[in-house]
Amino acid sequence: MPQSKVETENEVDYAMIDSNEKNTVMENTGGHAIDMNSLINQEDKLILEDEEPCININDFNLYYADVQALKNINLSIPKQRVSAFIGPSGCGKSTLLRCFNRMNDLIDIVRTEGSITIHDQNIYDKNVNVAELRRRVGMVFQKPNPFPKSMYENVAYGLRIQGINDRKTLDEAVEKSLRGAALWDEVKDRLDENALGLSGGQAQRLVIARAIAIEPEILLLDEPCSALDPISTLKIEELIYELKEKYTIVIVTHNMQQAARVSDYTAYMYLGEMIEFKDTSTLFTNPQKKMTEDYITGRYG
Amino acid sequence: MTHNIRQWIKTGEPWIWLNAGAVTVSVLMVIGLTLLIAVRGMEHFWPAPVEAFRYSVPGEKPVLFMGQRVDEEQVTAFRAGLAKRVDPNQLVSRHLYKTGNRDFLGIDFRWVNALDMENLEYPDEAMVVERREWGDFIGVLKAVKRGDTVIESGTNVWPLFQRVIDESTAIFDEIRHIEKDRIGGINYRIERLRLQERSLELDGVTGGPEFDALEAERQSLQREYDSYTRRLGELYEDLNTYSFVATLADGKEAEIPLSKVVRAYRPNAMSLVGKVQFYLAKIWEFVSEDPREANTEGGIFPAIFGTVLMVIIMSIIVTPFGVVAAVYLREYASQGPLTRLIRISVNNLAGVPSIVYGVFGLGFFVYFLGGSIDKLFFPESLPAPTFGTPGLMWASLTLAILTVPVVIVATEEGLSRVPRSIREGSLALGATKAETLWRTVLPMTSSAMITGLILAVARAAGEVAPLMLVGVVKLAPSLPLDGNFPFLHLERKFMHLGFHIYDVGFQSPNVEAARPLVYATSFLLVVIIITLNLTAIRIRNTLREKYRAAEQS
Repeated sequence: MPQSKVETENEVDYAMIDSNEKNTVMENTGGHAIDMNSLINQEDKLILEDEEPCININDFNLYYADVQALKNINLSIPKQRVSAFIGPSGCGKSTLLRCFNRMNDLIDIVRTEGSITIHDQNIYDKNVNVAELRRRVGMVFQKPNPFPKSMYENVAYGLRIQGINDRKTLDEAVEKSLRGAALWDEVKDRLDENALGLSGGQAQRLVIARAIAIEPEILLLDEPCSALDPISTLKIEELIYELKEKYTIVIVTHNMQQAARVSDYTAYMYLGEMIEFKDTSTLFTNPQKKMTEDYITGRYG
Repeated sequence: MTHNIRQWIKTGEPWIWLNAGAVTVSVLMVIGLTLLIAVRGMEHFWPAPVEAFRYSVPGEKPVLFMGQRVDEEQVTAFRAGLAKRVDPNQLVSRHLYKTGNRDFLGIDFRWVNALDMENLEYPDEAMVVERREWGDFIGVLKAVKRGDTVIESGTNVWPLFQRVIDESTAIFDEIRHIEKDRIGGINYRIERLRLQERSLELDGVTGGPEFDALEAERQSLQREYDSYTRRLGELYEDLNTYSFVATLADGKEAEIPLSKVVRAYRPNAMSLVGKVQFYLAKIWEFVSEDPREANTEGGIFPAIFGTVLMVIIMSIIVTPFGVVAAVYLREYASQGPLTRLIRISVNNLAGVPSIVYGVFGLGFFVYFLGGSIDKLFFPESLPAPTFGTPGLMWASLTLAILTVPVVIVATEEGLSRVPRSIREGSLALGATKAETLWRTVLPMTSSAMITGLILAVARAAGEVAPLMLVGVVKLAPSLPLDGNFPFLHLERKFMHLGFHIYDVGFQSPNVEAARPLVYATSFLLVVIIITLNLTAIRIRNTLREKYRAAEQS
C-alpha cells in the first residue's frame, strides 16, 4: 500500500508546517529545491487510480529517423486535472506532449509505434481526421505566437476555420474566451489593434484565449511561461488553475516550482523514459525512484 | 609607420571607404545617365530661335540660310574641309542647322562652318510651321489664301493665320474622329458580320432568316458608312480651301495647303512665358498623341499605352503562376533531388537570353497554341489568323515565362521566412494545411510576392528582343483597348517604348530628326519603369511593416 504510506508521511509534514510560520517552511524543507507551500494547500488527497482517465498511452515509442526519442511510454492522464511533465532538457517531454495532437506529424522523419487513446479512439489510426483531433486538443506553445492580425481575428481564427462567420456568435465567443484567459479587461477597448503589439504575457494569454475559443477538451501547454517575466508567469499560472475546472490540462515545464504550484499530477521523464507519474505532492515529497529524487532535490547532473 | 598602416587596416576603415566609394560611383552613374537622357531628350521640345545668315564659301555663290541651331562641335580644319584655307590641325567650330523645307531643299539638316557665316540675325517674322508631311517648314509668312484669292497679307496676316490653323485643326480632328472611331467601328462590325456569315456557312447554313438578318444589318451599317463618307467629303473640301504663301530663306515663294499644318510659331518673337507654354504643349503632345512621319514627329502615346498594358497583363499572369509554383515547391513537394533539380532549372531559366524566349514564344505560343485556338474557335476567319499571329497576349505570356523564375524565387524566400511557430499555431487550432496557407502564411508572404513582382516588372518593361518576335510592331493601326466589343483585344499587335527607341534610333530615314526623340523616349521609359516600381515598392513596404514583427518572433 504505497499510497497510504505517502499519506502518513505527508501528514507528519503538514503538522510540522502548520505549527510553524510559513516562511520557516523553506528552511524546514531543506534539501528540496521547491516551494513546499504550494503542496500543502491541496485540501483533498488525489489518488491517480481513482481518476477518470482522459488520455491513455500504451506501449508508445517514437523515433526521429533512427533515434528513439520516446521509449515504451505507458500512462493515463486523468480528466479535468492538471498534469505536468518535468525532466531535464531533451528527455522527450515536449515530444510526448506534441504526440497528443499529432503535431509531430509535421516532421517528416518521425515514426511512432503503440497507441494513444482519447475517448477509446486511437488517435494514430489511419482514418483519424487530424484537423478535427486538433480542434479537440488545443495547444499553447513556448513562445507566444499570435498571428499578425487583430486581437479579435486571432481569437476568432479557430471559429472562422470551422466556418463560423456570424458576427454575433464571434463577438460572444471572443469576449468569453478573452475573459476566460483573464485578458478581457486589458484589451476590450482595442480588439481591432494588431496582436503583435501586445506584451509577451498578454500575447501568451491571447494565445490561450485563442486556444479555448474553440472549446477543446484537452489543453496542451508546452512550457507556456518560459519566455515570460515572473508577473506574467503568475497570471498564467492563476489562469491554469481556473481553467482546470473545464479542461484536461497537460503542461510541460522546466520549472519544478511551477509544476508543484499548478499541477495535480506530475510525471518525471528521463532520456525518453517515463520514470514516475504520481500525484504532485507525493512525487515531490516522497518520490519512489532514486532518479526522481535526485532530480527534484537538485542533485541531478 | 607600417605598424600604423596595419593598425588602420585592422580598424576596417579602408573597407568602409571602399564600400562608400563604390556606392557613390553607382549613384553618380545612375544620376548621370538619367540626367543625360533627360536633358538631351527634353531640350528637343524647347522652341529654339531661328537664325538667318549669309553663307558664303569662297568660290561658290553665297546662299541665304534660315534655320534652328541644334548642335555644334569643334573639329580640325581638315575634317571640316577647310584644309586649304587654314592650318589643317587647327580646331574650327561648325554648327548643325535644322533648315526644314525638305520638300524644297532635299535635306533638312546641314552642317555649316562658322568661318563662312556672315550677317547672323534673328528675324522676328521668321516662322516655323510643323507639318503633317515633309517635316518642318521654315520661312516668312506672306499671305493666306482661300481657293485662289488672297484673303489677307501684310502685317495682320499672322493672327489670321493662327485662327485659320485652329479652324483647320478642328476640322482635321473631326475627320480623324470619324475615320478612326466611327468608320473604324463600322468596319469592325461589318467584319464581325462577315465572320458570322462565314461561320454559318461552315455549319452548313447557306440561307434562311439568319442570313437575311445579317444581310439587313450589313445594309444598315453600309448606309451609316455612306453617310459618314459623304460627311468626310465635305470636311475634306473645307479643309483644303485654305492655303498659305511664304518665302523661303533665299526669297523663293512657296504655297502650302493648310490641311498639312499642325501648328506654326515664331520663336524669335515669343516671350519667355510663351516659350514655356509652347514647351509644355509640345511635351503634352509627345505623351498624348499618335506618332507622325515614320515616328520621327508627334507623340508616342500608343507606345506608352502598349508598354503599360503589356506589363499589367504580364503581371496578372505571372503572379498567380509564380506564387502557386513556389507554394508547391516549398510547402507541398517533398524536398529531395527532384525538387532540387526543379529549383536549379528555375534559377537557370532566369539566365537564358531573352531572345530565346522570343523564339520559344513564336514557336509555341504563336504558331502552336495560337494556330490551334484559331482552328478551334475562329475557323470563320481562316486563313487570316486571329491568335495565330504575334499579338499582345503572346507577348505578355512570353514575358511572363521570362519573369516567372524571379517571382518563384522571391515567393519561396518569403515562405521560408514565415516562422514555424505561426504555422504550428494555426494547425493547433484545427486548421488544415491549406487553411493555414490561405489564412496566415500567404498573407504574410505578400510583401515577398510583391518584391518578386517588382523585379519582374522592371525586367519586363525593359525587354525588347523577344517582343519583336511575338507582337510588337513599328506602328499599330489601333490600340489594343478600344470601344469595340470585347474592348480588350488581346490578339492585336501593339507598340512598345523599348522597340520604339530601337525603331526611331536605327530604322528611321531621318537620323538627325529622330535622335532627340530617342533620348526623350528613353527618358520616358525610365520614368515609367520608376513609377511602376515606386508604386509596387510602396505597397510592399506597407505590407512588410504589417508583418515584420511576426517574422521576427
